[in-house]
Amino acid sequence: MDSIWYKILGVVVSFILAFIVGMTYMGLSRKIIARVQNRKGPPFYQNFIDAMKLYSKSTAIHHGLMQHLGPAFIMVSSIMTLMIVPVLNDGKWFPNLNFDGDLIFLLYIMVFGPLGMALGAGQTGNPNSAIGVTRGLSQMVGFEIPWVMALVALMMQFKTTSIVDLMEVQAQSGTWLMFSSPFAFIAAVLAMLGMFRYSPFDIVGAPTELASGPVSENGGKYLFTLMSSGAVFAFAKLTLYVDLFMGGADNLIVLLLKTFAIYLIPMLYGVVSPRYRTEQAIRYFWGWPTFFGLLAILHAVFF
Amino acid sequence: MINDKSSQKIVDIIQNWARKQSIWVLAYGTGCGAIEIPPTMTSRYDAERLGVRGAATPRQADVLLITGYLTTKTLKRVIRVYEQMQDPKYVIGFGSCTINGGMYYDSYNTIKVLDKYLPVDVYINGCMPRPESVLSGFGKLQELISEGKANGAQEYKDNLEWYRANQKRIIPNWVMPDYNW
Repeated sequence: MDSIWYKILGVVVSFILAFIVGMTYMGLSRKIIARVQNRKGPPFYQNFIDAMKLYSKSTAIHHGLMQHLGPAFIMVSSIMTLMIVPVLNDGKWFPNLNFDGDLIFLLYIMVFGPLGMALGAGQTGNPNSAIGVTRGLSQMVGFEIPWVMALVALMMQFKTTSIVDLMEVQAQSGTWLMFSSPFAFIAAVLAMLGMFRYSPFDIVGAPTELASGPVSENGGKYLFTLMSSGAVFAFAKLTLYVDLFMGGADNLIVLLLKTFAIYLIPMLYGVVSPRYRTEQAIRYFWGWPTFFGLLAILHAVFF
Repeated sequence: MINDKSSQKIVDIIQNWARKQSIWVLAYGTGCGAIEIPPTMTSRYDAERLGVRGAATPRQADVLLITGYLTTKTLKRVIRVYEQMQDPKYVIGFGSCTINGGMYYDSYNTIKVLDKYLPVDVYINGCMPRPESVLSGFGKLQELISEGKANGAQEYKDNLEWYRANQKRIIPNWVMPDYNW
């Protein structure tokens, strides 16, 4: 069972699962946002139709090599994040490629995709792309600090840098890390608001203001790649939160319930919030989230 | 098997279904008709339930919605925007001004018949057309797409010289990049 083919099959299956779940969540969020705005809204499978249409469009845009590689970079980053995040407890069904120190690797690889996209967007020469990239990197500087603080607090508290070990800790003690290290959870959730880029932190895409920002020169199949990588990345991030703070999941239904519960936080916060300016967003992340991150580290050191 | 005609027909049906259900609109809103777009998109008439959504840039858009009159000065920009869009693409002429000039029929500064310069798939009549008629225009476009009849972009490519001659008559200083779409 431990052969390389089994692992490759597991990667493919978890990719397909992540694609379907991520796209469905994005469709559900469109539906829920529409209901909040008292609209009927598109059907929940609208994103699949959009993806099909985008894939069937022709793409005859050429700005240079990096422009073609940008979406590929972000896709690679999403898939690598997905591969080291355990989908279910005890490596059931989905054999993921975990190793000691994967939390640190994760911190790097989650930044890799946006940086590749930034290079690609830079080569298109579109001013909206350039402004979007600047804003995206500024925002990343904002939310990475509480996010890293939360993870470092976990690493210090339990003397491990492995996601599987942290899940093991929760399984043995019987309490979720959400309760045993609450400050890290709060900091991580507040950082997640920026990571998902829903309003009020949608300053990167910024519809009607920046003409969709870094992706403004990408249509057709490139946009399809970006969309599906966004779906996969969303699923990977949600699963990571469930693994780290909510004790993982024993089967797929529990996983879907827990991930959707986490997903509702940025989405519902976004529905009722107007967009921040860039400096307001950074000030937000360097305020309370960083304070809770510091508390988490103090909690990890002294308790 | 892949390139054989009957399987191509099935692929066309599926693709046309997807294109019909997901229309991303680039509203070229310099004419007065742009004021009818927000009510069409927001809570009361909610075009998103039909899959109609605003697109931010011409690269991502399927439909170029030309809302109202086009001055001779903006025509050049509209042509550039249209040629940057990716196939398959459609044009909706919105309001009477795009059909025959409307209330600007004797203006020296606007073009009268949009169809001479860009291939229009669907016209929406009225001054202003209300959101209901805008939605019915989108419905007509969906019908044409599913029947495979909305091929204005192909006409544009086939009759490019005729369209270019018309365009150059309006735009004297023609400094435009060549597109190899």
